[in-house]
Amino acid sequence: MPDGGSTGIGASVKRKEDYRFLVGEGNYTDDINRPNQTYTYMLRSSSAHAKFSIDTSKASKANGVVKIFVGTDMEVGSIPCGWQVDSKDGTPMREPAHPPIAKDKVRYVGEIIAVIIAESLEDAKNAAELVDVNYDDIPVIIDMQDALDNSKGLVHDEIDSNVCYDWELGDSEAVDKAISEAAHITSLDIRNNRLIPNAMETRSAIGDYEHATGQYTLYTTSQNPHVIRLLMGAFVLGLPEHKLRVIAPDVGGGFGSKIFHYAEEAIVTWASNKIRRPVKWTSDRSEAFISDAHGRDHVTSVKLALDKDGKFLALKVDTLANMGAYLSTFASSVPTYLYATLLAGTYTTPAIHCNVKSIFTNTVPVDAYRGAGRPEATYLIERIVDKAAREMGISQVEIRRKNFIPVDAFPYQTPVALQYDSGNYNATLDAALKKADYEGFAARKADSAKRGMLRGIGFSTYLEACGIAPSAVVGSLGARAGLFECAEVRVHPTGSVTVFTGSHSHGQGHETTFAQLVSEKLGISTDMVEISHGDTNNIPFGMGTYGSRSLAVGGEAIVKAMDKVIAKAKKIAAHIMEASADDIELNNGNFEIAGTDKSMSLADISLAAYVPHNYPHEELEPGLDEKAFYDPLNFTYPGGCHICEVEINPNTGEVKVEGMTAVDDVGKVINPMIVEGQIHGGLAQGIGQALLENAAYDNNGQLLSGSYMDYAMPRADNFVDFKVGNEVTLCTHNSLGVKGCGEVGAIGSPPAVINAVVDALSELGVDDISMPATSEKVWNAINQAKNKN
Amino acid sequence: MEISLKINGKDVKAEVKPNTLLSTFIRENLQLTGTHIGCDTSQCGACAVHLNGDAVKSCAILVAQANGAEITTIEGIANGDELHPMQQAFHENHGLQCGYCTPGMVMSSIKLVENNPNISEEEIRKGLEGNICRCTGYHNIVKSVKQAATVMGG
Ligand code: FES
Ligand code: FES
Repeated sequence: MPDGGSTGIGASVKRKEDYRFLVGEGNYTDDINRPNQTYTYMLRSSSAHAKFSIDTSKASKANGVVKIFVGTDMEVGSIPCGWQVDSKDGTPMREPAHPPIAKDKVRYVGEIIAVIIAESLEDAKNAAELVDVNYDDIPVIIDMQDALDNSKGLVHDEIDSNVCYDWELGDSEAVDKAISEAAHITSLDIRNNRLIPNAMETRSAIGDYEHATGQYTLYTTSQNPHVIRLLMGAFVLGLPEHKLRVIAPDVGGGFGSKIFHYAEEAIVTWASNKIRRPVKWTSDRSEAFISDAHGRDHVTSVKLALDKDGKFLALKVDTLANMGAYLSTFASSVPTYLYATLLAGTYTTPAIHCNVKSIFTNTVPVDAYRGAGRPEATYLIERIVDKAAREMGISQVEIRRKNFIPVDAFPYQTPVALQYDSGNYNATLDAALKKADYEGFAARKADSAKRGMLRGIGFSTYLEACGIAPSAVVGSLGARAGLFECAEVRVHPTGSVTVFTGSHSHGQGHETTFAQLVSEKLGISTDMVEISHGDTNNIPFGMGTYGSRSLAVGGEAIVKAMDKVIAKAKKIAAHIMEASADDIELNNGNFEIAGTDKSMSLADISLAAYVPHNYPHEELEPGLDEKAFYDPLNFTYPGGCHICEVEINPNTGEVKVEGMTAVDDVGKVINPMIVEGQIHGGLAQGIGQALLENAAYDNNGQLLSGSYMDYAMPRADNFVDFKVGNEVTLCTHNSLGVKGCGEVGAIGSPPAVINAVVDALSELGVDDISMPATSEKVWNAINQAKNKN
Repeated sequence: MEISLKINGKDVKAEVKPNTLLSTFIRENLQLTGTHIGCDTSQCGACAVHLNGDAVKSCAILVAQANGAEITTIEGIANGDELHPMQQAFHENHGLQCGYCTPGMVMSSIKLVENNPNISEEEIRKGLEGNICRCTGYHNIVKSVKQAATVMGG
């Protein structure tokens, strides 16, 4: 029984944040209107690569136009990248300038070329029609192979190559040697399809400059308002923190796409000073498709060397990673430190080498999307393991068990830099096999066959690294920021508590989960706790929410702050009850003198702290309000087993997901209901990537999948009920034992789905299919296989 | 042009441009910001409201077309402090995460259930095809609608 009764750790407490959303009183950025505000339309390039000239004279005179800005009007800093990656020859990555408004050259369809500010959005849009733009087109680079050939053109002609960096990790000699001696080699070419995050709330930003005080306020759809304050303030606009407030109110989903500092944020903030009125911009969906950072987009060839019994000897990986036209905030870290370091997966592969070339193309910038690097690593590992098993005639389950890192090997040092602290991969596999009724699969397959259908089952026994991250580690790897988290726990005079956290909630349910931590530790109900986040003027500092770090880093910071509250409360209680602080014990919210029946509640103590009549003034300050910064010692390593079962109609190629089972080890679970919800959402995005979603460009750099008519968003009828379970090994380096659950669904599931599709088609001789496995693609694969046979 | 309609039980008269969308009117003129905009191709359902008893996508019709109509938005379905059974079911079954699709989901689901009190899981999934949620994977939304259906008298 948790100390906090029914609202402590382990209870499926219903969410505190639900009510305002359910009654339509959420407060999203676009719901906010500032007095005397103006409306902005961003005029965007329709050409993927061109020199351009622009004439706004006619538009400036249009009805309702307040001001039009072009690139040369906005002389500010470049939009920065937060992570420097060095090439293997020691040279730093190529980092082209990234102006918020393009000046004389555009490099992707969607790049901002003019900012039209008017009395209404309609006026701004009408004026945009009157802007004269002349494009002088330059050859477009879309394909990454083309980009490697300088003669095909340069995305940035001021730098000498389209390669941002050429980077490696691991021991290539050992890998080559193992490959040359191995009994079996399995090879695979893989494309990890480009995705568009599609949070349902589009991005929005309001800049509000107050002349009298020189204060700027930016309201923005962000996962990390302090990071935006730092990046925009220090690097783009040159504004010191004390003059800049960033508020990220309710945010309608992020999935990574709202981590980054975007041009529009800098533009509205800057412009609100120039025109001395608030400036509001809200993206429409078509605009989001061509201006939100995209995700994934890797092309990889991979080789796995095995001994004659199916033991993995070496893994060799060669990847081209698309950066798009400019480096977005975390873009450079995704295909390197969040990817290559994961290539051991759950296996004891002794030698691993990975080479990554990251490439500029005339496409929207690519950056982190739910999982970021880890889904790409997981996909190639779990696909090649599956293919190897098939080639060697070993079962999909057996080959994995043979190569799992055994439970007694933790802490386990991989050959690609990470040290896993805990895990039990057989336990999650066993539980998943049971939950998915693996034993019944043969009968289900026979039943499908009777109906003329193909049935397949696919596995993924994955692992990921999250809870990012130890600042010293990421600093040594090129991060230009620390990745700690900050929390302040304020006990009010009458004993209720407000927690100020640097983590940001945009669907994850922090207002409930974090309150449960307080309930557990301080022994009060979650009703007595408020979680405050999202405003740089309220929160001491914050690095924000991404990489499944909110609980493992942000939650742990709250625990550290509560530890300080408790230590101080004990001293106050000791003084008042005339005991020694060492003898005070905290039980169920009561500070008791051990072995006596004397005690004080938290409310008694906080009242004494704020009304300090009888108080140890020589020893303590009044008040009960403590702050902590927490920097983790290691990443956390959730893992598990996802099993997908599909049925394919050979006449149409349609793939139906018949079962999706996920048994994950996310460490200690604070709120099982919320954790399950996170996993459901991740699974849907993973299945979406595997079967439906694809961002496609034509050779001219036009996005072909630029609306919900062409980009297949998963709908309710694409899924069945998910079967979700968990097996727990505790994280060994944080006090809560938590690992993180936000991304596991999206990381583990895509290879399970594709392995299931390949399994179903294997009887026809199909051994690979690329994502997304659309009906058309599957139908073609079936027919090609039939023609071959 | 002048329009008059009833929204959440209140009579509203307003002067609007003929090309004003119902969703814009609801959000901008009436400041009922619970109705959300998630797309510009009438495909996400975040903007769903009830118009003369049907669930409609308010971004897909002009306010002029709603002249004289009776409209209910997400702000109008609770009974005072008491949530509508559909809202309550979403709360109890964790049918929402970021909350952005939620108003549209709730409004669409109410009509699904009213029109088909014994609705099956498959019918719920089909029926919600016009509502996109990026957060929940729909699992708990389906569960919520099922529960609400039993409470609403299926
Ligand atoms: S906003 Fe109306 S359907 Fe998307
Ligand atoms: S809850 Fe976020 S889109 Fe549905």
